[in-house]
Amino acid sequence: MGPDFQLFLQQLLNGLTIGMVYALIALGYTMVYGIIQLINFAHGEIFMVGAYLGLTAIGIAALLGAAVPWWAVIIFVFLFAAAGSALLGGLIEKTAYKPLRGSPKLTALITSIGVSFFLQNAVMLIYGAREQNVPEILPAKQWDVAGISISLIQLVIFGVSVSLMVFLTWFIKNTRMGKAMRALSENPEAARLVGIPVNRVIRTTFMMGSALASVAGVLFALNYGSVNFHDGYLAGLKAFTAAVFGGIGSIPGAMLGGILLGVFEGLGAGYLSSEWKDVFAFLILVIVLIFKPSGMLGENVPEKV
Amino acid sequence: MSPKKFKFAFLFIAILLFPVFDRNAYHMDLATNVALYGLLAMGLNVVVGFAGLLNLGYAAFFGIGAYTYALLNLYCHWPFWLGLPAAGLVSMFFGFLIGIPSIRVRGDYLAITTLGFGEIVRIVFNNWDEVTGGPNGLLGIARPSIGSWHFSVNATPYFYLVFILVVLTAFFLYRISDSKIGRALVAIREDELAASCMGIPTLQVKLIAFGISSFIAGLAGCIFAAKQTIITPDSFDFVLSVLILAMVVLGGMGNLWGAVLGAVVLGALPELLREFAAYRMLIFGLLMILMMIFRPQGILGGSLIKRELAKRQKDETDATA
Repeated sequence: MGPDFQLFLQQLLNGLTIGMVYALIALGYTMVYGIIQLINFAHGEIFMVGAYLGLTAIGIAALLGAAVPWWAVIIFVFLFAAAGSALLGGLIEKTAYKPLRGSPKLTALITSIGVSFFLQNAVMLIYGAREQNVPEILPAKQWDVAGISISLIQLVIFGVSVSLMVFLTWFIKNTRMGKAMRALSENPEAARLVGIPVNRVIRTTFMMGSALASVAGVLFALNYGSVNFHDGYLAGLKAFTAAVFGGIGSIPGAMLGGILLGVFEGLGAGYLSSEWKDVFAFLILVIVLIFKPSGMLGENVPEKV
Repeated sequence: MSPKKFKFAFLFIAILLFPVFDRNAYHMDLATNVALYGLLAMGLNVVVGFAGLLNLGYAAFFGIGAYTYALLNLYCHWPFWLGLPAAGLVSMFFGFLIGIPSIRVRGDYLAITTLGFGEIVRIVFNNWDEVTGGPNGLLGIARPSIGSWHFSVNATPYFYLVFILVVLTAFFLYRISDSKIGRALVAIREDELAASCMGIPTLQVKLIAFGISSFIAGLAGCIFAAKQTIITPDSFDFVLSVLILAMVVLGGMGNLWGAVLGAVVLGALPELLREFAAYRMLIFGLLMILMMIFRPQGILGGSLIKRELAKRQKDETDATA
């Protein structure tokens, strides 16, 4: 195995890591779009709020001293961020989006941009405009496997993301709520007629999507060691790209799209130029939207008259 | 003179004389910026308000105009008065380019496509160091001159320049809104399928809207570059696109005067309420949410539709009487 191939594997691994984070955020976009056809522009900010909530949780855990093992701290941080973001997501849905049911799509899109600005600046006012360092709560472990290095945080990202995706797939397929979500995305009118509590299903979808995004936010913060109130915009946009790439409305599509986008970015940054890596994501976005708006796994929906 | 015309004439003269009475340099600078915002808001309104196509990358066209003039001036020594139409035309070319996807891409997808385009443009400004100067931008851009007289740091001549453009643009758009194209745009906004069934060449009309809109942004960008003499990529980011959109939304999408009103309110108020500067963007966000929930038609409302409906009702009552 030559050094070239090792570099390739290393970039692939790095790409997969960030791709997992994109996939987790993309799930929220795709679930919400699937049931109410809203591009929830504020979803990226939920990711960012999740990262800050994680920071707060780390601060709370630090008060308890060093007696707590690191994995217990991690679990507490995830639960705290997920619960906080889920509440926030539900609140946003109730106050900003619910009054707009049935109004034109663009009205809701503009509202979500407003929500996005509001959250970004609220976080800036609360936590300050400067980049915040995230304390290292994970032991700095690293393994060498066949010449490529894998860190503990990468393993945590893989473990957490994969288990959440498996859980979500199971949830959508088997639970009552999951079935209601699928019914709603299939046909909202019919779903209402058979007695599905539409508002509660929509609220739950927002809360689940927000919880996933906040877990992604914590993983992102732990991986990069810092958070900034600007982070949500770019990450959100890339995750949206991933959702569109995979086929918006499709849950496996969001996972695949996120992972592929991460891999493209990792390889692009490694072989072409890291300066231009954001352009790759946006080019993919524009090209997919123009030429294959249904994405890889999405259904082609003809325009209804 | 009708009362309405009288009001306009009064407003016109009041604005024209404003610099004579208020010699405060800061106020003049602010007024010039507000007028530039007004120009941008009117331009965006053509696409968002008239045609109902959401453009989330409008700042890119402003930036393309600014960079076009800056590059032509720095590398080819073009004077401002040649650079102005060139900036408009180059920006218009990109406007056509971004209009082409609207054949296939609709509604919110088109909005995201324009957003992607805007980001690509900004990143190119930022990364193409050899030409655009990268994050440091371009400096030493020439100010306009008339004969042997040169514009200086004083914002007053710029104010008059932008004001003249605002008036010309308003007149042009006012005429457009009543023309065949204006009506075709509204028809597309209301129901694209029905419009195309009525024989409206929807693609051409949409491209015209994108072209006019980006031409106006290009002019504004050129003046901005000549006024600042320095431009950097972060002057043309997504925040600006949203700010201009918020102006259009606040005033009333599709309403010519609404765009101007939105620009005056959102452009001037934050500067006048300096103590709340930190809350500025927070309030913008909140305002957009509240407007969409409680008054999606904006302060002045979409005048075209209202006028049409009022006329139709009048016709119907006339017919039944």
